[in-house]
Amino acid sequence: MAGFKSTEHYIASRDLEVAVNAAVTLQRPLLVKGEPGTGKTVLAHEVAQALGKPLIEWHIKSTTKAQQGLYEYDAVSRLRDGQLGDERVHDIRNYIIRGKLWEAFASDQQAVVLIDEIDKADIEFPNDLLLELDRMQFFVYETRETVVAKQRPIILITSNNEKELPDAFLRRCFFHYIRFPDRDTMEKIVQAHYPDIRKDLAREALNVFFQIRDVPGLKKKPATSELLDWLKLLMVEDLPADALRSNEKQLVIPPLHGALLKNEQDVHLFERLAFLARRGG
Amino acid sequence: MFAHLILGLRAAGLPTSITEWLTLMGAMKEGVVEYSVDDFYFLARATLVKDERHLDKFDRVFAACFKGLEPPEGIPVQDLPEEWLRKLAEKMLTPEEMAKIEALGGLDALMKRLQELLDEQKGRHQGGSKWIGTAGTSPFGAYGYNPEGVRIGQDRSRHRRAVKVWDKREFKDLDDTVELGTRGMKVALRRLRRFARQGAATELDMPDTIKSTANNAGMLDLKMVPERHNTVKVLLFLDIGGSMDDHIRLTEELFSACRTEFKHLEHYYFHNCPYERVWKNNRRRHEEVIPTWQVLRTYGPDYKLIFVGDGAMSPYEITMQGGSVEHWNEEAGSVWVERLTGHYRRSAWLNPTPKQSWGHVRSITMLNDLMEGRMYPLTVNGIDEMTRELSR
Repeated sequence: MAGFKSTEHYIASRDLEVAVNAAVTLQRPLLVKGEPGTGKTVLAHEVAQALGKPLIEWHIKSTTKAQQGLYEYDAVSRLRDGQLGDERVHDIRNYIIRGKLWEAFASDQQAVVLIDEIDKADIEFPNDLLLELDRMQFFVYETRETVVAKQRPIILITSNNEKELPDAFLRRCFFHYIRFPDRDTMEKIVQAHYPDIRKDLAREALNVFFQIRDVPGLKKKPATSELLDWLKLLMVEDLPADALRSNEKQLVIPPLHGALLKNEQDVHLFERLAFLARRGG
Repeated sequence: MFAHLILGLRAAGLPTSITEWLTLMGAMKEGVVEYSVDDFYFLARATLVKDERHLDKFDRVFAACFKGLEPPEGIPVQDLPEEWLRKLAEKMLTPEEMAKIEALGGLDALMKRLQELLDEQKGRHQGGSKWIGTAGTSPFGAYGYNPEGVRIGQDRSRHRRAVKVWDKREFKDLDDTVELGTRGMKVALRRLRRFARQGAATELDMPDTIKSTANNAGMLDLKMVPERHNTVKVLLFLDIGGSMDDHIRLTEELFSACRTEFKHLEHYYFHNCPYERVWKNNRRRHEEVIPTWQVLRTYGPDYKLIFVGDGAMSPYEITMQGGSVEHWNEEAGSVWVERLTGHYRRSAWLNPTPKQSWGHVRSITMLNDLMEGRMYPLTVNGIDEMTRELSR
């Protein structure tokens, strides 16, 4: 079986490769955590592409219930149809709406399922999915049928750590924590996304980027996705690398900083620091 | 196979179960990784650790188990006091000097020697070529040069000659028993947010649905209402100035972060111990004081009261009338603490100093008694315990 490796567009560290391959081989869910903007969601797309399998995305909100991933029984439409005397009302199956997991279970080809931001949901959500993810089957009460996965899907789960996940759930998963990439890896990532970027521009931009990340007290440190957005802007504007250059001690507010600093307090903090640095130097 | 790894992990307090162990064995059998130590480390980590807080402990246990080393008695290898290793100077060697440095032998020899040295060594050390410290040419320690070196407690690689991945301890920030760093802060806030909001957004309004369905001549008309949110009201009392200056940044971080998380959040400053007056603006602390009675009258008992302070002061500031260092107080601090905790049904004290040292400071012990034991350290764990206590 072809394993998962870094691709042209996605630089995966060796530990991530091992974790993904373990999850694929043993057919257990992989739980991915990490700072926002380090490529948790993109990972699922890349895994699906690398393994050549369809991707089914299930985005979780605070109102999402576990049952919605399996199926929903639309009692309200049935009641309405009953009142209107519609023929469809006699078959309950007309009112069973398939969820994302059912879709994945029913698929003839093994699918990759992304359960995105599982921590957004209610605290009981992961517990409600334990058996379904373990056995890859569930029971539909309304029609008295058991849905069993034809091919056990590959399940990737992302979490931003807003809620703690139950132990019983964690025990069934593999776990990977995406660390913030170091400078070398970041250079590779930039290269992968923008192969034709000017070398000097990329170097200066990375200097500025890591300098900003080192500023203490930022509310939201810019992450990989912000860096990539910013670089794109810089390339579109075709700024010379000199515009970014600053000497070691002096902080300057980088051009187009709106792509990096997403919070007005952070911008203020940065302006203040830059002002102090100018005055001190 | 490798059974001592799981035993070591459990002994270190990681919640690793047999199921996970069997999963790891299964993965090995399936040949997920080939015969590489690093890959095995990654696989074991993905299988056995389920929370980034435990990654650091895992690294330590893995290092101890996998190299067949007994965890050294006395000083644990990776827990050298940071002060030893703080770089005071960095020694730069010329290439000739570098070439002169002889490697001591294989990795095993190095590790064995390290343990011997650790047993012998008692104090901090810097420079030189034998002892463990910083900027020396001994193979042990940090910021020095020896091609076969074992790095301890160095926060980045200087010569890019790291021997082992797990010794870098990149996940140290995520360990939840250490005081809050920037990242730890975020996790702590999520705990606070969980405390602030509970429940999903919508639910069916039965009475209204029945009524409007009836009005509609029996045609179904659903009515929804937003589910009630748990509106947690918080009253923050922040200790400012004096002995708190060390902790002020931490306190402010917590405070500013809290402000965005709660709808009903009021803050007041006090100094060392709350008395009959508090203030809202620290720059104008002498002009704009607010009587504590007014705070008690304004905010009802359903507010949850959180003190943030190190509680380090003279015991007289708590027990005696007129004990305050700033002004003459008519009533003792303990009276005010009791009055405040009596008025508010739920209250707690967050203390930024490490819990181990509380017993050594008399005033902290006294305050903890006044709070009936509801004093918590300002760590992720402490905040967790506090929110649990407050929302009970």
